[in-house]
Amino acid sequence: MPASSKDVAARALAGAATTPRAADRRGVPVIEYRDVSKVYPGGSVGLERVSLSVGRGEFVFLVGPTGCGKSTCLKLLLKEIEPSEGEIFIAGKGLRTMQRKRVPFLRRNIGAVFQDYKLLPNRTVAANVAYALEVVGQPRSEIRRKVPEIIRLVGLSTKLHAYPDELSGGEQQRVSIARAFVNHPPLLLADEPTGNLDPETSIGIMQLLYRINRTGTTVVVATHDREMVDKMRRRVLELYEGRVIRDERSGSYSQDESTSEFAIRLRGELGIGAEGHPN
Amino acid sequence: MRVTFFLKEAMRTLRRNATPSLAATLTVLLTALVLGFFIPVVQATNGAADDVRNRVVLDIYVKDGADQAAINKLRTALEGTPNVQSVEFISKEEALKQERERDAQAFDVLGKNPLPDLFRVTPTDPDLITELGDQLAPPTPAKGKGASAQPASPLAAVSDVQTREEETSKILSGTNLVNILAFGLGGLLTMASVALISNTIRLSIFARRREVEVMRLVGATNWFIRWPFVIEGMFVGLAGSALAVAILGLIKVTIIDSLRQSFDILQVPQTMSFPALALILLFGSVLVAGVGSGITLTLSRSLRI
Repeated sequence: MPASSKDVAARALAGAATTPRAADRRGVPVIEYRDVSKVYPGGSVGLERVSLSVGRGEFVFLVGPTGCGKSTCLKLLLKEIEPSEGEIFIAGKGLRTMQRKRVPFLRRNIGAVFQDYKLLPNRTVAANVAYALEVVGQPRSEIRRKVPEIIRLVGLSTKLHAYPDELSGGEQQRVSIARAFVNHPPLLLADEPTGNLDPETSIGIMQLLYRINRTGTTVVVATHDREMVDKMRRRVLELYEGRVIRDERSGSYSQDESTSEFAIRLRGELGIGAEGHPN
Repeated sequence: MRVTFFLKEAMRTLRRNATPSLAATLTVLLTALVLGFFIPVVQATNGAADDVRNRVVLDIYVKDGADQAAINKLRTALEGTPNVQSVEFISKEEALKQERERDAQAFDVLGKNPLPDLFRVTPTDPDLITELGDQLAPPTPAKGKGASAQPASPLAAVSDVQTREEETSKILSGTNLVNILAFGLGGLLTMASVALISNTIRLSIFARRREVEVMRLVGATNWFIRWPFVIEGMFVGLAGSALAVAILGLIKVTIIDSLRQSFDILQVPQTMSFPALALILLFGSVLVAGVGSGITLTLSRSLRI
């Protein structure tokens, strides 16, 4: 990743106040689950009495096999579904009592990235990102300023006017991350962001998420790629059949690792040459 | 900014959802055409009916031998009766003169004047004309003693009371038929239009489900998601009714206007001007289409955040 885009990110987020270290685990947690259960109408159990807490600026992995409740966890945070029992708090605000008409404003503060990217096929990269700003009613001047900036941050300046089907999977995921982060939300959720990607491309995506995390944004990544998770040495929450069976705050990693150090270490540990193409 | 965004999105959907939109547009066109035809017809028939109703009168025939004093008394009595708007006296001679104008020969053959003096009474409320007629009917001769006991009753001079009820009711029932037909057909077609617009909106929600998903994901408000669809529905309404207005305008210019020059009869009924009719059709269609799609959206599950 060229150094210039890191500067852009830093400049864009200069106003975002706290550095990750100062904010880490201080004050109100960004996410808090209190005895949350989710039973789907069919009777299948999504979550069973899950309690967890994620502090500001943390980078958390949510791991476990398919059907263990990772996606349920994320959907609950977006208030796409309601918990059957228990209470979820985001930045201290209970979601259960939140009015429906406030939900869009909750979502504006949460970036979301998915395995299938959810890009609009008949719009260019720039238009896809701009769309997210248009539908929340941002003025055109803001859109013109923010879109090229965020696309440069994710490293796709040359693909501004390309259509999604002209991009590789990794590039498409970068667009979707750009769209999720263009408003600089304090919380970013990623559901299997590397699920369709090869290991080298996955490192690029993880590197990007890590960079976003270093600007102070709390990042939660759901994945079943245990190898990647183990190598990244971040906090890991493991779910199994709807229950948290491991919460490894793993103190072994350094919070101060720079993005490029992070990538070099990751490549080394996964046995991929540093010369590999980032996408 | 927002308005252009909504318009842009609506047009994008219309293009992608062209076939159902076209079907809905054609239904709106048909509805507007039928309404555009029936509104003036209803107005004309109702106007004609009102005319007839206003011409509803009671003819009160005076007995042949009645003297001037009796006639005067009768006039005062009639004017004093409730529900009487005006009283007009038509003497034998005047009546003869009027009838002569219509058919001079017939009366020449007759030689003498068969027509009685009469009072033409216009009621205030035409619907109560039968009651008024009964009220003014001459006292029954069966009560011979009573009649002689009260020789002063001014109605004694009345020989007969006639209403034109039958002709009136015929015209009124004709008007009713036209009204029922117009409202029935208009109502049914409006419902069909709303149903088809609603169907169009449903299909375009489906066509745009990815956009809707992204909109919800990034925190667009409910109405921000809905407006493009409402505009799409309103556009269908506008397109359909504009076409209908164009066709009606063409019909008016080519057929009605040229007929009007040859036949006086078409000038009789008072109908609204064409621009007013066009505006009503356009506004009505856009409003109904907009409300219809708004309701569809509110009921649509897939759009709930």
